[in-house]
Amino acid sequence: VSTSPTDYHSPNTKTVDMSSPLMYGTPSSRVEGTPRSGVGGTPARQRPDLGSIRKAPQVDLHSDADGAVASEQALGQKLVIWGTDVNVGTCKEKFQRFLQRFIDPASNEDENAGLDLNEPLYMQKLEEISVVGEPVLNVNCSHVQSFDADLYRQLISYPQEVIPTFDMAVNELFFERFPDSILEHQIQVRPYNALKTRNMRSLNPEDIDQMITISGMVIRTSQLIPEMQEAFFQCQVCAFFTRVEVDRGRIAEPAVCRNCNTIHSLALIHNRSAFSDKQMIKVQESPDDMPAGQTPHTTIVYAHNDLVDKVQPGDRINITGIYRAVPMRENPRQSNVKSVYKTHIDVIHFRKTDEKRLHGLDEDSDQKLFTEERVQILKELASKPDVYDRLSSALAPSIYEHEDIKKGILLQLFGGTRKDFSQTGRGNFRAEVNILLCGDPGTSKSQLLQYVFNLVPRGQYTSGKGSSAVGLTAYVMKDPETKQLVLQTGALVLSDNGICCIDEFDKMSDSTRSVLHEVMEQQTLSIAKAGIICQLNARTSVLAAANPVESQWNPKKTTIENIQLPHTLLSRFDLIFLMLDPQDEAYDRRLAHHLVALYYQSEEQIEEEFLDMAVLKDYIAYARTYINPRLNEEASQALIEAYVDMRKIGSGRGMVSAYPRQLESLIRLAEAHAKVRFSDKVETIDVEEAKRLHREALKQSATDPRTGFVDISILTTGMSATARKRKEEVARALKKMIQSKGKTPAMKYQQLFDDLRGQSEAAITKDMFEEALRALADEDYLTVTGKTVRLL
Amino acid sequence: MPSSHDWINKPLGVVEAMFAQSNSNPEWEAKVLEYFKGQLKEKESHSWVPSLNDVPLHYLKPNSLVKFRCLVQDMFDPEFYMGVYETVDPSTKANVLRCGKYKDVTECGVDLNSRNTVTAERQTFYCVPIPGESPWAKESYGCSSQARVVPSTSYVPSRQKRSYEEDDDMDTQPQKQREPHTEPHGNGDSKRQETEAPSSQTTAPSDCSSHLDLNFPLPGERGPACLVKVYEGLDSFKLNDTLEIYGILSVNPVLTVLGEEKDPSLLLLNPTESMETPEEQRAHDPPASLVPRLHMLYARPLQHNNPLLPSAPTEDQSAFVSSFLVEMASVRAELLAYLTHVLLGDGLAAEYLLLHLISNVYTRRDVLPLGKFTLNLSGCPLNSYTERLYQIVQQLVPCSYRLSMSLHTMNSMRLVPKKDYVANRLVSGALQLARNTSLFLDETQLEQGQLDSSGVRNITALGNLISWQKVDYDFSYHQMEFPCNINVLVTSEGRSLLPSDCQVPLQPQVTPPNMEEYLTTIHMAQFTSQINKFRVYLSLARTLDYSISDEVTKAVEDDFVDMRKDDPQSVTAEDLHRMLVVARLLSLSLGQTTLSRDGWMRAKHIDMLRRSRTEQQKSLNGNEP
Repeated sequence: VSTSPTDYHSPNTKTVDMSSPLMYGTPSSRVEGTPRSGVGGTPARQRPDLGSIRKAPQVDLHSDADGAVASEQALGQKLVIWGTDVNVGTCKEKFQRFLQRFIDPASNEDENAGLDLNEPLYMQKLEEISVVGEPVLNVNCSHVQSFDADLYRQLISYPQEVIPTFDMAVNELFFERFPDSILEHQIQVRPYNALKTRNMRSLNPEDIDQMITISGMVIRTSQLIPEMQEAFFQCQVCAFFTRVEVDRGRIAEPAVCRNCNTIHSLALIHNRSAFSDKQMIKVQESPDDMPAGQTPHTTIVYAHNDLVDKVQPGDRINITGIYRAVPMRENPRQSNVKSVYKTHIDVIHFRKTDEKRLHGLDEDSDQKLFTEERVQILKELASKPDVYDRLSSALAPSIYEHEDIKKGILLQLFGGTRKDFSQTGRGNFRAEVNILLCGDPGTSKSQLLQYVFNLVPRGQYTSGKGSSAVGLTAYVMKDPETKQLVLQTGALVLSDNGICCIDEFDKMSDSTRSVLHEVMEQQTLSIAKAGIICQLNARTSVLAAANPVESQWNPKKTTIENIQLPHTLLSRFDLIFLMLDPQDEAYDRRLAHHLVALYYQSEEQIEEEFLDMAVLKDYIAYARTYINPRLNEEASQALIEAYVDMRKIGSGRGMVSAYPRQLESLIRLAEAHAKVRFSDKVETIDVEEAKRLHREALKQSATDPRTGFVDISILTTGMSATARKRKEEVARALKKMIQSKGKTPAMKYQQLFDDLRGQSEAAITKDMFEEALRALADEDYLTVTGKTVRLL
Repeated sequence: MPSSHDWINKPLGVVEAMFAQSNSNPEWEAKVLEYFKGQLKEKESHSWVPSLNDVPLHYLKPNSLVKFRCLVQDMFDPEFYMGVYETVDPSTKANVLRCGKYKDVTECGVDLNSRNTVTAERQTFYCVPIPGESPWAKESYGCSSQARVVPSTSYVPSRQKRSYEEDDDMDTQPQKQREPHTEPHGNGDSKRQETEAPSSQTTAPSDCSSHLDLNFPLPGERGPACLVKVYEGLDSFKLNDTLEIYGILSVNPVLTVLGEEKDPSLLLLNPTESMETPEEQRAHDPPASLVPRLHMLYARPLQHNNPLLPSAPTEDQSAFVSSFLVEMASVRAELLAYLTHVLLGDGLAAEYLLLHLISNVYTRRDVLPLGKFTLNLSGCPLNSYTERLYQIVQQLVPCSYRLSMSLHTMNSMRLVPKKDYVANRLVSGALQLARNTSLFLDETQLEQGQLDSSGVRNITALGNLISWQKVDYDFSYHQMEFPCNINVLVTSEGRSLLPSDCQVPLQPQVTPPNMEEYLTTIHMAQFTSQINKFRVYLSLARTLDYSISDEVTKAVEDDFVDMRKDDPQSVTAEDLHRMLVVARLLSLSLGQTTLSRDGWMRAKHIDMLRRSRTEQQKSLNGNEP
C-alpha cells in the first residue's frame, strides 16, 4: 500500500482528529514519508517472522564474567550480542563481502536464470530489486556456507540476531548503489536451504531457536489472523497518545498518562494500532520421509505478512524458518503449569517443491540427494556389462520368469528422454513408455503391478473396477470449511512423473477409458467443469493389466478380440505383452523350485533382496534425474532401417505393419535402454534391444491367429488384414444373395441368416453375419430394424 | 502382601530419589528404567500391578504403577517438555532443581528463564484396549491378576456418567469386581451391539455433557482409552502394535481444567492458544477422568494375546511348548472332532477351518504376504447358523470380530481408518485390528441392492486386506499402506464375491431340526478345561517354526511337474502356492516343524478332495463362473 503525500500526518507533532475519515485507513497509512529513498527514507518493516526483536543488549566481552562465549577476540571486536558470539559489525561486514563477491559459476537453479553466472550473483539480484521493486532478497544458505563457514554457523545458530544484521547490511549496500530507488519498505533477507533439508521427524529440542529447513505437505491453512505489533493508547483526558510494542504476545498497558498524570486514563485505539498479517499453516511430513508403520507427524507453521496465503493445502513445500518452543501459558489462578511446550516454526521462506511441475520445466523436483559412495556404487553397477539383466532379474523376484516383460517394465521405469517441440508447434513428445499386460487370470499380473507401485516414488495403483473417470482425472470439490471450490486431482495427475498402475483395465467403463486417450499420448489432462477450465500435466507412464473376456485366453483369437479394448487405446501402448501359462515341463520344474524356495528361504536371503530393492530404487532415481541420452548418428541410422524393415514386412502382403507411432516407441525404448547403461548416447546396441523387445511384444500380441503372421493392423485398426478381407467377402456374398431374391422390400432377419448359412461353404457365425449387415447398412443399401431387414 | 511395594504404589518417589542422587548426571534415566525392569522380572511381580483393563479407573490410585494391555491406535506429534526445571520457593528464594519426567504438571513457581532448564522430547500414543478381545480372554486375564485394589478414599469418583451402571455395581459389591459376570461383555451383549449402527461408538449411555468419541476401532467396544506418554525408544513402536504397558497413572484434574478454561480475549494476543481447534483440543486433551494419562516406564510387545500361554519368550515358555508338543496330536484330534460337529459333520471343512485358525502371515516377499490363508466357507445354512459359528470361533481365539456384510453396514460403516485433519487424529475403522485377529465376514447377510461409493470402497478395502494383507489408511491427500496380519474367514451361500485363498463348500452330513439347540448342546458338552486346551493349541501352533528340507523340496517339484504333465490346466502356480501353505499349516497343526513327504501327500490329498467338491458344486450350479 502506498500513501500519497496528502494524507501524511506526522503523528509525533500533531494531534490527530480521530473523527476524521482519513484516519480510518490501514495502519500503514501512517508510514513515514513518500517520496522517499535511501536507508533513512525507506521505512523498515517489522519482521514478525523473527519474533519480537529484543533490543538485544550488547555485552563487552572483557567484562563478561563468564567470558566463555567468544570465539573471536580480536581487538575492536569486543562487543557481541548477549547470549551469542555475534558481533554486529563483523557480521555485517562479512555479509556485505559475501554479497559483493560471491560467484557460483555452476549454479543451475531456475531462479538464477538470466543472470550472468560469472558476475557476483547477489549484486545482480540487488539490481533486479531496484528494477522490480520487490524488497526481498533470497539467499541460499549453501552459498553462505561455501563462502564463509563461520558466518553460516552463526546464521543457523542465531538467526534472530543475525538476519536483522543481514538486513542492515543489505540495505546499506543497496542504497549506496541505487540511492534513487524507491521501495515499499526496506529490503528483507530471506535465507533458505539451511543445512541439508531436514526431515520433520528429526527435529529435536536442540533445534529450538535455530534456523531449519524442512520439507512437507500443507494440510491446513487458517484464516488470516491480524496480530498486533504495536498498540496505540490514547489518553481520554488530554488526548495524549503513546505507542507500546508488543513483547512476546503481551502489551504493557501504561497506567499513568505521561502528559496529564491521570491514572488509568489510557484507552487502546484499535484502528491506530499496528497489525501484521499472520496465518497458521499445518504441515505434514511427506509420505516418502516416513518410516513404515508409523503415522506422519505434523508441525504448525506461522506465515507472516506477504507469506500469508502463499501456499494452499496439498502443496509440497520446503520451509525455512525458526523453530520455536513456547511454554504453555502461565495461569495466575493456578499454581502449577503443564510442563509441555508448544512448538511451531516461524517461516522465513517458502519454496514449493512441486512449483516447477506447473511450469513444466523438468523433473528434478523430487531430486534425491545421493551420497558420494552411493553414486559410486551405482556407477560401478552401471559399468557392469550385464547390468540390464541384473536389474531386470532384481525386479519382482517373487514373480517367476517372464524375462521380457520384466525388461519391458524396467525400461518403462527409466523412461525415454523428454523432448520439447513446442517451438515447432508439436508440443512435448511423450517420453513415457506405456505397457499393457494381458493374459490368463492368476498369472501374477496384479502382483507385478503391486510391485511396481511399491517401487516408484510417485506410483498410483487403481483398479479398473473401482475407479471412475473423475477418480482418475480430477474433480472439483467444495471445501467444507472455506466454501471454496477446489480442484482435487486424481490418480493420473498424482502420478505425474511416476507410474500409474491400472489393474483390471478391461473392466473399466468406456467413459473412464476415454480419459486415457489424451493422457497416453498428449500427456495432459484437460478439465472443464464447474467453471474451472484448465490443463494439467499428467506425464505418467501407464502400466495396465487386462484379463481376457472369456476368462481364459483364446489363442485362436486376436488380442483385440480377447480383451475387447478399443484399438485406438491399444495403439497407445508401446508394448503389449501376453502373460500366458507356458506349458512345458522344464518351465514347470523351475517354477516349482522357485515357489518352494519362496516359502522356506531364510531371513538373510530375504534381507539381501531388500537391499537389492533399495539399490534398484536409487539406480532408477539417479538415471531418471541425471541421464538424458541422445541419439547418435549410427543409432539414428539403425532406427531408420528398423522402421523401414518393419514397413517392408507388411507391404509384401499388402498390409501396413508399422506406423510412425511404432517408430516413436522404438526411440523411447532405445533411450530408456541407454539410461539403464548410464550412457549419454543412444547407441546401436540400445536400438537392437529396443527392436528385439518390440518384436517380442508384437509377436505375442499382434500375431494374426488365422495366418500366423505378425500384423500390426490388429493393434492399430482392431482387425487383421485377412479378417478385413473376409468381412468384405461375406458382405459381398450377402448382397448378392439379397439381389438374387429380387424385389422384396423387407426380409426376416433370421431367415436371411439361415439362407446365407445355407449358401456359403465357409461357416458363418452370427457375428460375421451382423458385421456384414452393418457394412451393407453403411453403404446405405439396407437398414436393420429389430428383426426385419429393409432394403432402401 | 505385595501391596507394601513402594515401587508399585509410589513409583514417582523412586524416580525422584534417583534423580536427586544423580546430581544431574543423565545416566539416572537409564537407571530408573533398569530398576523397574528388574522389579518386573521377578517372578509373578507383574501380576501384582493392577491393570487398567480390569480395574475401574476410580479404584486406582493416582500416580501409582499400573499396566495396560492395548493397541496403539494413533500416534500424536512429539512434544517438548521440561525434563529438568528449577523452582523458586517464594518464601526462602531458594532455587530447587526438579525433574519433570513422568509427570504432566510442574510444581509451582517455575523459573522459566533458568539456565538449568533441560528441554526433552516425548511422544503421546493414543491407546485403546485390544479390539475384539474375546470375553474369555478378558476374564482369564482378570483372574490371573493378584493386585489388591481397594477403593481409595482420597479419590472421590468424579467420573461422569459414562458407566453409571458399572459404578453402581462396583460400589455395592467391590469384592466381586473382577468376576466375569459383572463385566458387560456377555455374548448376547456384544452381539446386540454389532447389529447396531456404528454411529453408536461413544459408550456414553446417558446425556452426559462430554460426547467424547473414544475412537475405538470396533463399534460397541468398552473400556478405558489411554494417552500413553512415551519417553524412550520412540522408533521401535509402530501403529497397531499390541503392547502391555507399565507406567505411572496420571489423572490430575488440572489437565482437564487447563483445556476447558479459555479466555477469548487472550486468544488474540497469545497465538499459542489459537493453534488448536476445539475438536483437536478434545481429541488430544480429553478429560483425564475419562482418558487417563500413562507415563510409560516399560512396554512389553505382546506376541500373542492368549492369557493361557506364558507371555514372555523365556525359558519357561520353551518348557511349556515342549511339554505341550507331546499332547499336540491328541488335542488336534479332539478339536477336529469338535469342529466337525460344529460344521454339521463335515470333516473336510473342519480340517480346513482348523488350518485357517492357525494361519499367520510369517513373512513378506516384496509385496507378497506368505502364510495367509483366507477361507471361504460357502453353502452355509441361513438363519443364524453363521452367528452361532462365530460364537464358537470367538470361544477359541483371543481376538475376533464378526462383520455382518449387510448392505447397510457396507454402505455406512467405516472400515478404513481415516485421518481427520480438523481434530488431527486418526479416526479408527473396523479394519484397524491387532495381529492375528480373526475377522469373520458374514456374507450370508448380504442382500441384493446397490452399493454406494463408500460401499464400493469398503469392499475394495476388504479385497485388498484379503489379497495383500494390507490396509490403505486414508490420509485424504494420499493413502498410506499399513501391513496387517488378520485371519479372514468368509461365510457365504454361494462363492464369495471377495477373493479368498481357498473355498470349501460346506456339505452338512446331519440336518438337525433345531440348529440353535444342536449347536448349543455341542458347545455345552465341552468342558472348560477342554476348551482351554484348544485355545492353547491354536495359539501355540501358530508360533512354531517351520522349514522344508532339500529332499522334500525336490519331491514337491517332481510332483508338481507330474501333475502338470497330465493336464496343465488342472494345476497352476496359484494352486502350488496354496498347497504349499496347506502343507505348512498341516504340519504345524500336528506339531511337526518340518515338512515330511507324508505331510505333502496329505496336503495334496485334502486339496484334491476339496477341489473335487468345488467342481461338483460348479456342475450342480451350472453356469457359475
